[in-house]
Amino acid sequence: MDFDWLFFAEVTLAALGNSALLALTGLAFVLIYKATRVVNLAIGEMLMVGAYLFFSFTAGLGLPPWGAILLAVVGGALLGATIERAVIRPMLGEAAISVFMVTIGVGSVLIGLTEIIWGAEPTALPDFMGKAPIFIGDAYVSRKVVIGFSVAAAVIAVFLLAFRFWRGGIALRATASDQAAAYSCGINVPAVFSLAWMFAGAAAAGAGILVGAVGGIAPTMGVFGLSALVVVIVGGLDSIAGALIGGVLVGLLEAWCGTYLGGEYKMLATFGLLMLVLLVRPYGLFGTVEIERL
Amino acid sequence: MRIGTLKESYAADEALFDTRTQKAWLGLFFLALLVFPFTAGEYWLYIACLVAIHVISTTGLNILTGFTGLVSLGQAAFMGVGAYTVAVLEARLGTPTLVNLLAAGFVTAAVGALVGLPSLRVKGLYLAMATIAASFILHFIFANWTSVTQGVSGINVPPASVLGFEMARPVQLYWLILPIAVLMVLGAANLFRTRIGRAFIAIRDRDISAEVLGIPLLRYKLMSFALSSFYAGVAGGLWAYFFRVVTPESFPFVYSIFFLAAVIVGGMGTILGGILGAVFMTLVPEVLKLGVGLLSPVLPDAVAILSPVRTIVFGALIVGFLVFEPHGLAEIWRRTRRFFHLWPFKT
Amino acid sequence: MSAASPILSVDAVSLSFGGLKALSGVTFDVAPNSITAVIGPNGAGKTSLFNCVSGFYTPQQGAIRFEGADITRTHPPHRAKIGLARTFQNIALFRGMTVLDNIKLGRHAHMRTNLLDALLYWGRAQREEMALRAEIEEKVIDFLEINHIRNQPVASLAYGLRKRVELARALAMRPKVLMLDEPVAGMNREETEDMARFILDVKEEWGVTILMVEHDMGMVMDISDHVVVLNFGTVIARGKPAEVTQNPDVIRAYLGGTDIEALQRRIQGREAA
Ligand SMILES: Nc1ncnc2c1ncn2[C@@H]1O[C@H](COP(=O)(O)OP(=O)(O)OP(=O)(O)O)[C@@H](O)[C@H]1O
Ligand SMILES: [Mg+2]
Repeated sequence: MDFDWLFFAEVTLAALGNSALLALTGLAFVLIYKATRVVNLAIGEMLMVGAYLFFSFTAGLGLPPWGAILLAVVGGALLGATIERAVIRPMLGEAAISVFMVTIGVGSVLIGLTEIIWGAEPTALPDFMGKAPIFIGDAYVSRKVVIGFSVAAAVIAVFLLAFRFWRGGIALRATASDQAAAYSCGINVPAVFSLAWMFAGAAAAGAGILVGAVGGIAPTMGVFGLSALVVVIVGGLDSIAGALIGGVLVGLLEAWCGTYLGGEYKMLATFGLLMLVLLVRPYGLFGTVEIERL
Repeated sequence: MRIGTLKESYAADEALFDTRTQKAWLGLFFLALLVFPFTAGEYWLYIACLVAIHVISTTGLNILTGFTGLVSLGQAAFMGVGAYTVAVLEARLGTPTLVNLLAAGFVTAAVGALVGLPSLRVKGLYLAMATIAASFILHFIFANWTSVTQGVSGINVPPASVLGFEMARPVQLYWLILPIAVLMVLGAANLFRTRIGRAFIAIRDRDISAEVLGIPLLRYKLMSFALSSFYAGVAGGLWAYFFRVVTPESFPFVYSIFFLAAVIVGGMGTILGGILGAVFMTLVPEVLKLGVGLLSPVLPDAVAILSPVRTIVFGALIVGFLVFEPHGLAEIWRRTRRFFHLWPFKT
Repeated sequence: MSAASPILSVDAVSLSFGGLKALSGVTFDVAPNSITAVIGPNGAGKTSLFNCVSGFYTPQQGAIRFEGADITRTHPPHRAKIGLARTFQNIALFRGMTVLDNIKLGRHAHMRTNLLDALLYWGRAQREEMALRAEIEEKVIDFLEINHIRNQPVASLAYGLRKRVELARALAMRPKVLMLDEPVAGMNREETEDMARFILDVKEEWGVTILMVEHDMGMVMDISDHVVVLNFGTVIARGKPAEVTQNPDVIRAYLGGTDIEALQRRIQGREAA
């Protein structure tokens, strides 16, 4: 039997769309981790809420897609800021593991709220991207995937630029590298924390809209966040480059396993990879090795 | 009011329950447990059995997370391993119930130690990720290793039987589940009177200095994983006898969050906390059900929101306790007791 | 130095972190039943040296020998078991345990209770725990005068007491060599004197060899038999306390100095506190 290269190329291209979304979610995650050292397990649920907000604004209120996107992203940012202010900040100075568990609780609350407000049934997002397929060479790619990829890539680029050049971004990086020093330089560290959560919330909401556009929305779509978690562990919790490369790796792995072995192998492959990385290279490809001193 | 206790000897000082009042209360409590099945109805016996199963599993997770500081989100999956072990042994081989339960404990302990292996290299959050990964991988195995687990259709479990007594109903199973729970909780309490328990706590508080003080980290972390999983395995085995059918959906990820919540709500790192947490968290959904029942005449779709409300309450309890009462119900209990001991003086 | 063969010897030990050389070719011996002080300015590598000896760091070069055996590549728990005990510069007590449990923990490596014993708390576990309790009460707690705090959680203790509990825990380890990293740092005069007395008693009554890092020159001069001076990871002087303080290299290293007289006074601890 001949290997169908065209099909393989199509699968791979589609996978890259997913990869970009994973990378974007991973970026949101890394953003929070770098600035606040919080491992946010609720990132998948924040993403889900973003998608549902978009759903409400378009299907519910009948807003045009761009307006709904804008509002959903702002909503995501607000959600991020609220979570930070309400439950993360009181935990300042507590053990990292406790804060981690708080985010698990937050995720659980978000899932429940979503089910109450929007119902437990999966739904499709209204189509706002058009359907005409796109061909790259001979390979067919769904339009949604192409748009998802492009948007995610653009957003990632904007983020990277903002880090480098914008004042807030620089304050963020300063805080990430040394909290006490940032304090003494007059940087408003709590504000930076809020900022990081807002950006992450916005990025997650954006990713949620794109994920929802491709695969539909459901209260269980937060598991996408688990894949994103694998992404950042593979890449290194505090590495933006790691999130991007990890995103590509996990996206490809999931698609190939999902296609050639069967859908149920997707999760297996992802989490198998996670176990492997933890055993072989625990701080990921680019993560900073944590040094402890006695 | 009582102030102070005179310690007779070191042995008395090291006893689990040292004052006479404590012993009296404990005796009363056991008496109540003995009388309970003769007075309670089917529903309350059902709840009691479920609580006892959850106490075992929560105590196990408490050993790992509360005492050793290794967060696990795989407790439900580990229970699944125990449940499947019992189901397969009981349905295929028909081996004796107690043997099956023991086997469930040991098989799960082995799986748990395997999952703990990354603690060779990583700790804290990374390890928590490993347990998440493990729980999804185990779930995959439950669903897809059809020759053993019968896939999604699951396995029907014949009733437990001990010394020729068949135990199918809660009122019978009570006499199997409760003694096991009591023994296992006592075992855990004993553990923390010895060097092994101290080693666990030292690892939680500061593992690198523990190592320099003579504690081999990897061995003790794996031991904690194995022991915690042993508890989960036995709890899972009892679960299988209790519900009599085991499917991959029996042990979802939220069930793991349930146990984590129980440990947090009850009080991380205290034996009493594990018990209180398990009781509390098992009763919460029941109370919610009750509330929904009351509401349903007014609010027609109240039943539909039961499951999401439960999810919210679990999450909110985790957050609320971590933020406001990180030592959990056990601490509240301690404060209350203190208040009454010293009454009428101010604390 | 005494003629007896050294109980601990550090032989050409080098340790670097990336580009930073924390220790280069550090060599010295510790004679049995003596007090050896390691001194040096901040960042000289004293704590790193302790970490090499107790096994938290593995030096890139050199060897560490304990009672003649090379232990350079053994694991920390093994070293604890054969008799190397220590305290930490930044107190490392276990916050979730009482004073008594912290001290008991020190004995871990010498106990045999296994998991099954522990769960049942029957036979060996109980015997061992009782013996341990009795011994710690009589030998350690009474000795260090911490009876009144034994059941308190360590988090509630004042700084000086915490240091004392750390010492108690190290003593519970049945040390042959006791390593103390700045045992009196941050203590007032009275607490310092108490601690100095305890250290001397440990040496004399228990026959334990002591290796300590200390900045308090007064105390170093008073109680140590031998002093090793580290600067930028190298040994720049060693000898009897009085000899070392006369060494111009030491004076310069310590004070970058010009005014030798004033510096000498400071080194000799007359200006301390
Ligand atoms: N784990 C580590 N990684 C990188 N550098 C380290 C590490 N541990 C120590 N150092 C560096 O090694 C050097 C020696 O440190 P060390 O703690 O041994 O000094 P010290 O003599 O104990 O100083 P102090 O008197 O302040 O306690 C310092 O420059 C320190 O920053
Ligand atoms: Mg030091």
